[in-house]
Amino acid sequence: MIARVLRSMGARTLDGLWRLGFASRFFVAVLMRSGTAFSRFSLTIREVFSTGVLSLIIIMVSGFFVGLVLGLQGYETLQRYGSSEALGILVALSLVRELGPVVAGLLFASRAGSALTAEIGLMKTTEQLKAMDMMAVDPIARVVAPRFWGGVISMPLLAALFSMMGVFGAWFIGVVFIGVDDGAFWSQMQASVDFRYDIVNGIIKSVVFGFAVSLIAVFEGYDSAPTAEGVSRAITRTVVNSALTILALDFVLTSFMFRGNG
Amino acid sequence: MNRTVLDLWVGVFVAIGVAAVLFLALKVGNLASANIGETYRLQANFDNIGGLKPRAPVKSAGVVVGRVTEITFDPTLYVAVVRMDVDKRYVFPRDTFATILTSGLLGEQYIGFEVGGDSEMLAAGATITKTQSAVVLEKLISQFMFNKAAESPQAPEQ
Repeated sequence: MIARVLRSMGARTLDGLWRLGFASRFFVAVLMRSGTAFSRFSLTIREVFSTGVLSLIIIMVSGFFVGLVLGLQGYETLQRYGSSEALGILVALSLVRELGPVVAGLLFASRAGSALTAEIGLMKTTEQLKAMDMMAVDPIARVVAPRFWGGVISMPLLAALFSMMGVFGAWFIGVVFIGVDDGAFWSQMQASVDFRYDIVNGIIKSVVFGFAVSLIAVFEGYDSAPTAEGVSRAITRTVVNSALTILALDFVLTSFMFRGNG
Repeated sequence: MNRTVLDLWVGVFVAIGVAAVLFLALKVGNLASANIGETYRLQANFDNIGGLKPRAPVKSAGVVVGRVTEITFDPTLYVAVVRMDVDKRYVFPRDTFATILTSGLLGEQYIGFEVGGDSEMLAAGATITKTQSAVVLEKLISQFMFNKAAESPQAPEQ
């Protein structure tokens, strides 16, 4: 009984390690064969379209709504301390530092990452990847790398858009509806948001998340079992693993970037 | 999809993405006004800096003229040494008073320059001698309590 439990634990650990190693080797392979993605840049542009442009609506609408909610909730708490003018600071800092990259990353994983996995998984199921191999076309260079770089390019832009829409949403609810002073809203925000410390760190976060989500998505697609069920499982794994990776990476990055001495 | 339409959409996407970054940099952060150009270094010793932090503003007459760059402790004089970068466009008299002030009741602390009347100006690297420490709320309250206790007449013994 105990031996069986131990054995299954060992098998799971080994399996996980093996997949991690495979994913790392896959990452290196994608980087090594990225030449095509840049020399034939139209391939990458096509992927920027499907991951970035098609995610625009959901990112902007959710950013706007997150901003609306932040504005309402922030005002609700701040006005108790008589500092409702600090709404701009609260909203801008929470969006630029945390919510922008993280929520945009989660949305990006479920909107674009799952689509990447499904596409590559289906290509594998219908043996298109093998067919390419037969024709001496490298599927990693032709199919995987452009999708990977498309995701990496799209993600920081989407996160910045998310933050911008969020600030605009908070401005809309705070200034237009509740009546916080417009000048105080912007000037207090500008006085305490630092470009290098807050905005650049937020952008670095979104770039890291872009790499992580795109890699997980293309890897799960490439690694999926070539059946209908296998592809659906791979998509689930993409979304779950991306979400967990984003949140864990966010904690690690935050602990390096913001130590509370700003 | 048609190649040109696709290129157009991606171009639009990248353009508004870059516009969002610019918006964050210029409108949310204050990249345009935060850049104090050429600066010179001043130094001031304080008995107590309270909650002053690096990157806190240095203001004169309410206008930001510089930033605190470094705060260290001097183990021989037992004072806090505050170094700050001040905009080259502004020079201050030698007897300028440096005070640690608080913006609002709970706001951040900053250094305020109250300009004196000396005709000689502070050179780069100079030390401001006239300083006033941060107001520590606990000390203020305990002083107030002691004063109150001293004022009130002794309770008659029973």
